[in-house]
Amino acid sequence: MSHDPTNPGGSRRSAWSLVVDLVLIVFGCLMLTPLALLVSNGFKLPQELLAQQPSIIPHHPTLDNFAGVIAETPLPTWMFNSLAFALISTVSVVITSVVAGYIFAKFNHRTFTLIFMIALATALIPFEIYMIPLYFKVKSLGLMNSVWGLSCGYLVMSFGIFLIKQNVTHSVPDELLEAARIDGAGETWIFFYVAVPLLRGALGALAILAFFQAWTAFTWPMIVTTTPNSYTIEVGLALFQTGFTVDVGRLSAAASLALIPSVTLFLWLRRSLVQGVATTGMKE
Amino acid sequence: MKMTKRRYISILSILFPILVIFYWVRIGPILEIFWLSFHKWDILSKKKPFIGLENYRELLGDDLFINALVNTTIIAFGVLAITIPLALILAALIHYRARSRLGSFYETAIFLPYIVSLVPAAVAWKWIFDARLGPLNSLLVSLGFNAQPWLFDPVLAVISIIILCSWQALGYAVIIYLVGFKNIPTSIYEAAKLDGANDVQSFLHLSIPLLKPITLYVSVVTLVSSFNVYAQAFVLASDTQGAPGRQVRVLVLDMMENTFRNYRVGYAASEAVVLLLIVLLLTLVQFRLLRDRWDRAS
Repeated sequence: MSHDPTNPGGSRRSAWSLVVDLVLIVFGCLMLTPLALLVSNGFKLPQELLAQQPSIIPHHPTLDNFAGVIAETPLPTWMFNSLAFALISTVSVVITSVVAGYIFAKFNHRTFTLIFMIALATALIPFEIYMIPLYFKVKSLGLMNSVWGLSCGYLVMSFGIFLIKQNVTHSVPDELLEAARIDGAGETWIFFYVAVPLLRGALGALAILAFFQAWTAFTWPMIVTTTPNSYTIEVGLALFQTGFTVDVGRLSAAASLALIPSVTLFLWLRRSLVQGVATTGMKE
Repeated sequence: MKMTKRRYISILSILFPILVIFYWVRIGPILEIFWLSFHKWDILSKKKPFIGLENYRELLGDDLFINALVNTTIIAFGVLAITIPLALILAALIHYRARSRLGSFYETAIFLPYIVSLVPAAVAWKWIFDARLGPLNSLLVSLGFNAQPWLFDPVLAVISIIILCSWQALGYAVIIYLVGFKNIPTSIYEAAKLDGANDVQSFLHLSIPLLKPITLYVSVVTLVSSFNVYAQAFVLASDTQGAPGRQVRVLVLDMMENTFRNYRVGYAASEAVVLLLIVLLLTLVQFRLLRDRWDRAS
C-alpha cells in the first residue's frame, strides 16, 4: 500500500517505512551483539582478548580454544548428558501428553474432568517451588548423578496435556471416531491410526518445546548432579566459569559450542517454534 | 459415546500409570512443600518434629531472606519496567513493517535470546560487563564517562542482572504482542484515519487500550518467571573469591543454600511457600483485572 500512486501520503509513508526498518535493523543487531561477541571471543588468541578495544572480527582467528575444550574438558560428556536428558524428557512428555490429552478430550466423565482441572492448576506453579521435595524422592531412589534422575523433573508437562486436549477437540471430529467404531475398529487402533496422525502438527510443536525446556534447564540439573561426569552442559559451563582464573577464550569457545544445538534447532524450526509459542502462550 | 462401566475402568487403567507419574513428580512434591514448612528437618535425622509457624516467624527476622526477597522483587519489577514498554513499541514497529523482506530477521534477532540456553548467554554478558576488559566499560570510557565495577557493586550488579533478564524476556513479550496486533481488525485503524488520527495517535489511543489484556498476561508471565531468577544471578554475581551468586542474593539461591548448605529443609520449604504465595497473588490479580474488563464490556 505504501507504493499506491493514488495515495498522496504514499511517499511520506515509505520514508517512514525506511526509518522504521533502520531502527529495527539497528536494534536487531544490538540484540545479537552479545552472542556474536561470544562466538568471536572463542576464535581469539589470548593477547587479543586483553586488548582495550574489543573487536567483533578476530584479527588472527584460531581454533586452539575449541580444540582445547573438546580435548581437555568433559565438554563432550556434558553435551551428551544434556542430549540424553532432553531426549528422554521429550519422549516422556509427548507420550504422557498425547494419551492423557486424548482421553480428557474424548471421554467425558466427572473423574477425568476433575483430574484434568488439577493437572492444569499445577501448570501455574513454577518448578523451583517444589523441586526440593522432588530432589529427596529422586535421591531415595538412588538416581542422583544420572540422566534418569535428571529426567524425573521433566517427565510430564501440564501445559502439554492442555495443548493436546485443545488440539484433539479442534481437529479430531467425533464423527470420524464413530465411523471407525462402526467399522469395527478397536479403541487402541483408532488412537494410533486415526487420532495420532491428525495431531502430528501439535505433537511436533510440543516435542520442540519439551526439548528446549530440558536442554536449557539449569536449577534442577544443578542440584541433581554433583559429579563432573554427570553435569549437563549448562551446569558444567556455569561451574567452569567460577574459577579464580578464567580463560576467556576457552570459556567463550565452550559457551559457543553449547549454543550450537539450540541455535541450529531454532533456525531450522523457527516458524513452527514461533507459531507454537504464539498460539499457546507457552512459557519455559 | 456412552461411557459404560467396563469402558470407564479400561480407560482409567490406561490413564493410571500417567497419573502415578504425575502425582509422584508434581502433586506430591507440591503438597510436601506445605507439610515441610510446618516441620523442622535437618536431612540427617529421621525425625521431623512439627513446629507450627515457627519457620515463618523466623523468616520475618531473617536478614538474608529479606535481602533475597527485596533483590528478587526489584529484579522482577525492573525486568517488567524495561520489557513491557520496549516490547510493545518493537511489536508495533514490526507489525507496521509486516510485509518487509527483513521481517524474518527482526523475528530471529529478537527471539533468539529468549530461546538460547541461559548459561552461555550469561557467560557472554559477564564478559560484556567485565570491569577491566568488558566492551561496556570501554564504550563508556570512549564516550567520556568513568568505567564502572558492574558486577562487583551490589547496586550495579542488580542492574546488570535486570539488563540480562530483560534481554532474554523481550523476545517472548514481542511475539505475544505481535499476535495481539494481528488480532486487532484493520477497520478500526481505517476509521480512526478517516477521523484524522495519525499513526502515533492510533498507537496511543487505539492499540494500547485494545492490547490491555495482552499487556496484563505478558506482565504476569514476565513477573512470575523473574521471581524465579537464579541462573543469571549465579553466573553474573560472583563475589571476589569467585563464589557464585554472592553479590546478589535471590530467593531461589537462598532456598538452595538453606537446604544444601545449612541442612534446614523445613525452613527452605517455608521460603518456597512464600514464593508460591507471591506467584498465586500475581495470577489472581491478573484474573481479577481481566474479569473487571469483561464485566465492564458486557
